[in-house]
Amino acid sequence: MKGLFRFFSKDDNKSKDIAKERLKLVLTHDRANVSPKYLDMMKDDIIKVMSGYMEIDEEGIDINLTRMANDDDTYTSTLVANIPIKKIKNIGKNNG
Amino acid sequence: MGEVFVITSGKGGVGKTTTTANIGTALALEGKRVVLIDADIGLRNLDVVLGLENRIVYDLVDVVEGTCRLRQALVRDKRFEGLYLLPAAQTRDKNAVSPEQMQKLCDDLKEQFDFILIDSPAGIEHGFKNAVAGADRAIVVTVPEVSAVRDADRIIGMLATNDIPNPLLIINRLRIDLVKRGDMMNIEDTNEILGIDLLGVVPDDENIVISTNRGEPVTIDEDSMAGTAFRNIAKRILGEDIPLMDLDEEDTFMDKIKRLFGINKNRKN
Repeated sequence: MKGLFRFFSKDDNKSKDIAKERLKLVLTHDRANVSPKYLDMMKDDIIKVMSGYMEIDEEGIDINLTRMANDDDTYTSTLVANIPIKKIKNIGKNNG
Repeated sequence: MGEVFVITSGKGGVGKTTTTANIGTALALEGKRVVLIDADIGLRNLDVVLGLENRIVYDLVDVVEGTCRLRQALVRDKRFEGLYLLPAAQTRDKNAVSPEQMQKLCDDLKEQFDFILIDSPAGIEHGFKNAVAGADRAIVVTVPEVSAVRDADRIIGMLATNDIPNPLLIINRLRIDLVKRGDMMNIEDTNEILGIDLLGVVPDDENIVISTNRGEPVTIDEDSMAGTAFRNIAKRILGEDIPLMDLDEEDTFMDKIKRLFGINKNRKN
């Protein structure tokens, strides 16, 4: 029965994909030696600073530490932030 | 001048010792002079996996303390020309050897052997530091499970800080049936997460259990999948360009239907 269910499902809930996603997340923190809480604190500060300049979608923010490969086979920890902007504020805009 | 490889994993029980024994045997079968060092002091096991447990007189600690000469402690494997074992001490503390002593030992062995393979203990502490001290290169063994891959990632980071660049990855005990069902991370998944060069993939194979029971490396079994995988790994270490073996077993009827409907897109392993 389980097999039949799998047959008709779209295979989008494979346990290996769950494993992969969980690993990616936990390795982000392992590699940078940074706790999820620490990242949250930083995220709050980034929101605070950016809010002075633009309206951002706080729900849609995605901040992660990843390991990027360099050309010489070494790795650099990189902060990747995806911050959706709702509206740019007018203050500070150069009108002249 | 020989090359020193450390075989390591972080997590225990993923097959470091079996891997060391089999790559060593396969290299010896290729005509190389090989010594295997068991660096797991206090928990020696490479001897039983190789079937050499009754031939040990001296061990690693005896050598570094000067109780015997290096040559006296090396156990020659009579079945395979050129294969030797330097066993770990069983009744000593793991602190009995220092990284400097391991470095010196490796330098001495490089003069006489083509390959020195060090079977590292699990963990990231003293035993690991000893095992990597004299190594030129590292082979990281993992199984496609979250806990093992996580620990492998830690080890890859630690190897970099110990000045061992470009470690090579072996994915051990891959279950082809689980991969096909989407219930085990495949080669690409594991490779993508760890991001280091792949040296080989060893399928889960009951012949490993059988051959270990007997104290014979599975490498000599021409018919076993795992044995073939280890022989391929040895050839890659020697610089041959050997493609990954085809792990696709005969498809079941369901697999064929699924493929017909384009459902099972991830069947490549």
